[in-house]
Amino acid sequence: MKKLLLFCFALLLTHLTHAQDTYPVNGPWDVRPGQYAFTNATIVVSADQTITNGTLLVKDRTIEAVGAGVAIPKGYITVDLKGKFIYPALVDAFTAYGTPDAARAAFGAGGAGAGIPGVRTSVMTSSKPGAYGWNEAIKPEMNVKAVFHADAAKAQDLKRYGFGAVQSIIRDGIARGTSAAVTLGEDRDNFVMLNDAVAAHYSFSKGTAATNYPSSLMGSVALLRQSYYDAAWYKTQKGGEYNISLDEFNKTQALPQIFEVSDPASVLRAAKLGKEFGKTYIYKTEGKEYQKIDAIKALGATFIIPVSFPAPFDIEDPLDARSISFEQLKDWELAPTNPAALEKAGVKFALTSFGVSSSRDFYANIRKAMEFGLTEKTALNALTTIPAEMLGISDKVGTLAKGKLANFVISSAGLFKADAVIYENWVQGRQFVVARMDVSDIKGKFTLTGNGFANTTLTVTGNPGSYTATIDRTGADSVHATSTFIRGGDIVSLNFDLQKNPKGTIRLSGYISSTSPLTFKGSSIMPDGTTGTWTAVYTGPAPAGGPGGGGFGGRGGQGGLAGGGNRGGQGGAPGAGGAAPTGGAAPAGAPAADAPKVAPTVGPVIYPFVAYGNAVVPKAETTLFKNATVWTNEKEGVLKNADVLIEGNKIKAVGKNLTAPAGAKTIDATNKHITAGIIDEHSHIAGTGGINEGSQSVTAEVRIGDVIDPEDVNIYRQLAGGVTTSQILHGSANAIGGQSQLMKHRWGVLPEELKFENADGFIKFALGENVKGSNNGGFNTNPRFPQTRMGVEETMIDAFTRAKEYKAARAVKGSTTRRDLELDALVEILDGKRFITCHSYVQSEINMLMHVADSMGFKINTFTHILEGYKVADKMKAHGISASTFSDWWAYKNEVAEAIPYNGKVMHEVGLNTGFNSDDEEMARRLNQEAAKAITYGKMSEEDALKLVTLNPAKMLHIDGRVGSLKAGKDADIAVWSANPLSIYAVCEKTYVDGIAYWDLSKDAEVQKAMKTESGRIIQKMIEAKRGGSAVQGAAAGNAGRRPRYECETLEEENFTVANDAYVQDAKERAALHKAQKTSKQ
Amino acid sequence: MKKTFLSLGGLLLGTALTYGQATILPAKAQSKAVVITGATIHVGNGQVIDNGYVAFDKGKITAIGSGSAPAIAGADVIDAKGKQVYPGFIAPVTTIGLIEVESGANGTVDDAETGSLNPNVRSIVAYNTDSKIIPTVRSNGVLLTQPTPTGGLVSGESSVVQLDAWNWEDAAYKTDMAIHLNWPSSRGGGRRGFAAPGAGPQESPAERAQKALDAITNLFAQAKAYAEIEKPEVTNLRFGAMKGLFDGSKKLFVNADGAKEIVQAINFAKSFKLQLVIVGGKQSYLVTEALKENNVPVIIRETQSLPERDEDDVYLPYKLPNLLQQAGVLYGLTGTGFWRQRNLPFEAGQAVGYGLTKEQAVSMITLNNAKILGIDKTTGTLETGKDANLFISGGDALDMIGLDVQKAFIQGRDINLDNQHKQLYRKFAAKYGIEAKL
Repeated sequence: MKKLLLFCFALLLTHLTHAQDTYPVNGPWDVRPGQYAFTNATIVVSADQTITNGTLLVKDRTIEAVGAGVAIPKGYITVDLKGKFIYPALVDAFTAYGTPDAARAAFGAGGAGAGIPGVRTSVMTSSKPGAYGWNEAIKPEMNVKAVFHADAAKAQDLKRYGFGAVQSIIRDGIARGTSAAVTLGEDRDNFVMLNDAVAAHYSFSKGTAATNYPSSLMGSVALLRQSYYDAAWYKTQKGGEYNISLDEFNKTQALPQIFEVSDPASVLRAAKLGKEFGKTYIYKTEGKEYQKIDAIKALGATFIIPVSFPAPFDIEDPLDARSISFEQLKDWELAPTNPAALEKAGVKFALTSFGVSSSRDFYANIRKAMEFGLTEKTALNALTTIPAEMLGISDKVGTLAKGKLANFVISSAGLFKADAVIYENWVQGRQFVVARMDVSDIKGKFTLTGNGFANTTLTVTGNPGSYTATIDRTGADSVHATSTFIRGGDIVSLNFDLQKNPKGTIRLSGYISSTSPLTFKGSSIMPDGTTGTWTAVYTGPAPAGGPGGGGFGGRGGQGGLAGGGNRGGQGGAPGAGGAAPTGGAAPAGAPAADAPKVAPTVGPVIYPFVAYGNAVVPKAETTLFKNATVWTNEKEGVLKNADVLIEGNKIKAVGKNLTAPAGAKTIDATNKHITAGIIDEHSHIAGTGGINEGSQSVTAEVRIGDVIDPEDVNIYRQLAGGVTTSQILHGSANAIGGQSQLMKHRWGVLPEELKFENADGFIKFALGENVKGSNNGGFNTNPRFPQTRMGVEETMIDAFTRAKEYKAARAVKGSTTRRDLELDALVEILDGKRFITCHSYVQSEINMLMHVADSMGFKINTFTHILEGYKVADKMKAHGISASTFSDWWAYKNEVAEAIPYNGKVMHEVGLNTGFNSDDEEMARRLNQEAAKAITYGKMSEEDALKLVTLNPAKMLHIDGRVGSLKAGKDADIAVWSANPLSIYAVCEKTYVDGIAYWDLSKDAEVQKAMKTESGRIIQKMIEAKRGGSAVQGAAAGNAGRRPRYECETLEEENFTVANDAYVQDAKERAALHKAQKTSKQ
Repeated sequence: MKKTFLSLGGLLLGTALTYGQATILPAKAQSKAVVITGATIHVGNGQVIDNGYVAFDKGKITAIGSGSAPAIAGADVIDAKGKQVYPGFIAPVTTIGLIEVESGANGTVDDAETGSLNPNVRSIVAYNTDSKIIPTVRSNGVLLTQPTPTGGLVSGESSVVQLDAWNWEDAAYKTDMAIHLNWPSSRGGGRRGFAAPGAGPQESPAERAQKALDAITNLFAQAKAYAEIEKPEVTNLRFGAMKGLFDGSKKLFVNADGAKEIVQAINFAKSFKLQLVIVGGKQSYLVTEALKENNVPVIIRETQSLPERDEDDVYLPYKLPNLLQQAGVLYGLTGTGFWRQRNLPFEAGQAVGYGLTKEQAVSMITLNNAKILGIDKTTGTLETGKDANLFISGGDALDMIGLDVQKAFIQGRDINLDNQHKQLYRKFAAKYGIEAKL
């Protein structure tokens, strides 16, 4: 015993330095051989190989030998690990270890150039000194190897988890430069570097970059896309520009490419971008792949996933529970299934500790994931060989083999067992003690005698590292008290209160004085301050079912083998946790696998993963609607007592007395009205990360199609208003905004599947107050050109002049002109391949743009808003321009002072193709009513009025060949109404897109009921988890109803942060934004 | 008895050749009796009279019934066969006349005073009878409104006005009748799907709300004590303005949407013995028992709005009036802001497809609103003795395809239904040579 204690002490001395060091030494050299033999251990060499009773030889930093029956050479310090386990140290593929905290230049709150607090300083191009790129968010020149510095505190923290090596990343910016792989050795930086160029890193978050651009997610995508082109061009350009950023971008392309993303939509977004340039990324995610597992699998990519599962919400107050969204409830239950879902799908992944706050949570969550089917083998590989391979350090770490680094973990049991304790973590042959690997197990019953408390029984249970104890006294003074029990090596201390004789806390300190029988001796301090001595002598083993058994339930939730719980109090496995009725003190290392493995039941994944998502995505059904009033929008007009047959995704027939084909469903539509699905020409729903890239006056390169979010509940709500197609437009913050995206309201599909196939490309232009920033601070805070309508014209002329010159330059054979996606979009307009929707209000600017178009040689497809269109309708007609306006909006700003509700009627009468749009997710779901206002104001005919929101917008969008009217061969996008669809009393009862009933009023009640039942079930489970001792998060973290709402004027998504693919906004800004959205429109 | 045939032509003759708001004059006082006959009359209390008549003289309704009207010597008879007659719609809690251009023209915005406790600021004095908004709203049947201050915690005092006047004194229908309070909400927090890492220590929404609540409670306690003093040593305008709350001459209108906030407001009003009106009330359907028990009415703000949460019934805002109707809570309705109040009829009609009857929807913006505003003795229904605030519509006034206000009377005065929009319509119809169908 003494020898061993001494040994422990010796190991605490760190090796001062090393042979072959270039560094001079002050004083005598102190080089130590560092030779150890770890014997009698269960050695898990890798997930595939375990050696029982094996020996591990370590020499200095590396493994000398590993195996059974390995002879121990002389000069080795022997450590007996009988009953213990050795694992390869784990590898974390995603940390910021050893990198400097990115200086958080207060983007958005003071700007890079300081100034007035809260007032943003404009940074048009990079303020970083040196020959770097124009945008600070593209910084491939950052290199971890140049800034890495070992950080003892953080290293020790990671070593407690069992990690021995990590990838060290600078998590700042969109192109983030090169990472390194390092050990967690607390050594000189020169000796911990394993791979100085692991991977190139990316994200969609601009981080600390002060440059205004990008201010939206679509801007981030566009910037990265352009950077690929710029870098390619840089390789070929000769002597023009010296650009370190582009040079480094090119140099890092050969490395693995790692993209930090968030949810599955974000993964798919990055994957789509990567595909354009032949890149396959490794994705670091937020662990929500289970929500779209098929799409994730189809990528064939490798993932780095966290095990930071959400904590249950504290929602015992039912009103508070309302603030938790359905997807938060579902995600709480399903997030732990993510690793198993990936394993089952055959997706290769590494596990990271990223986002987990303690090693206890880390292992608890891995075990939770195992309950759902993550195998121990996959878990171990995901923490060793897979990240090692990813980091290009397989030859050094990941398994235990001769020649590899001596990075290993000593544990009391299998690493993933509930009662396992990590004792030591050796990194490069250097010991780090996590928990004292004490010489003997001291559980048992003892006779405890001391001055003032004679003949009590001390019972010690638990595990090394976390013992608990009770004191019992029988007889007249009978008492049962719990006691603290702290052991450090041979030193122990106890605190307990016997309640009477004496009352108050008795404090004991002592030491192991003998091991046979195990005896403690020491001194005591009584509640009254008097001191004495005490002795405790072992009498036998502790009984099963000892105190403090509040640990994890047995695997499988049966609770039969609930351990003594060295990590007690950690609520755990659903249905088990501290509630285990007969929790016994399981012997360390006992195979919990004896318990039947039954995965806990969870609810289904739903598509989309939000309220009103379906467990099964609905399919098209051949359906015959009988005896309805059918608004054909064709020359047949409105047919009474007519039928509509849909088959597959098309309208098969419209007419009277149709017969249902075999197997078709027949719906009696007597007294119902059937119309073509409503088309919203101007919408801002289903966007992610901002709807305006207003940081520059021309941003033709940004694409709404890059940020489409099929999980916006407004898709469903608008289906409930008969809307089947929407054009999602960029906002109106700048003269030439981004490219639009046409989409169908297919509820529950992937982003790409939402898009209207083969539709012409459109782009948003804007004029007037928003463009000149007149309601947004003015010159002082926003120096962006233009600030007047005069400047708007020049911006347009300049852009198209550049585009023309660009086109000509690119057309020259052998041209090295840089491909510019912004100008490409403008050239498409000039070539008649991309079409303009221009936000406009007053007649002067409308007239102006028509002149610019004429002089520059392009066409304007649609003026949107166009509230003074009635003043220039004749000129628009001469140009063949469509008008997409509001029914009755006015007075919300000065440029609509002469807007009138008769505008649509006048334009229609003059002969323009006229439509009504929403620009608002509320109005969008009752566009039929807005159309009816053309009857209120101007007495338009009912047929013409309905066309304002169906056929006419279809024409504007060049999709009238497929949608907009009811005609055989057109898409089966239809709405069924309870009454005349133009009446305030009409209720939309069914909406079909591609023949699929995505909205059905009669089923909606069931859906709501099922949702309530499912919520109720999960909330019950959460409350149980809370009672089981799980840490909870407050209901204030609920996000129900907090989806950002976008309108044209929504200027900028709030700050990108380094920490997430997220956008942070303080409450005040949010309130201001909310007010602006509530009350304004453009 | 002289018959006037109701036609737009007559109206157009008077105004077609001149444009401009300045030509839209307030009507002269009723000089002779008017009888409207043959109409479908919506009384406002749920009752409908087919082939009905309504007579009024000197600004007051003198007779109403079905069948042939009693002969009134010298009366103008309006044949309204096939048409609908409604009580003038009432738009409570609006900013009509307080805002002309919402953004970018601060000079025209007078709804929110600086500071957080302003019970003494009065909307009536800022009410602009010459607003271009007003004629566009009344030509959709809204004849009375309540211009209401909006800022801070205690926003100020509101009055009810009628929409045809030379100045605010003429317009005043019931002056300084309510004080408006924005109930502090403890709700708030992070953004959907995104955490807010690195955010510094901040006051939580709940803490902020508690602070505001403390300020309000303190204000009311002091004001109540002040109200008991006959001649205070030092005059306090704020407390002085609040006196009416404690003697029952003024109501307390509280803007609150959350269930918790509504219940808090009810208890608050109870403790100070105030007449409470909840405005907004998005979650009022969750606390109908408390509302009913304490006789607290709700003015719903917009049916044409989105549910608060993704999880809510898609049509929840459309269904809210009927949820309150079924629960027996008195409810009224307002639209949004100022110019959008011309959609008030449609906001009411919106609830009909979702449970309310058409006449209940009419009551919601006539009798119910009148009761809540405390003006039901003189308006809100078409009953003998009440003010002749009514209009004739060509069709169903709650429906876009029916609303067609052809005649409107405020206190018996035959008001001008022209507005800037009609004027501009006519102007440009003339330019293109098309017919302006109003």
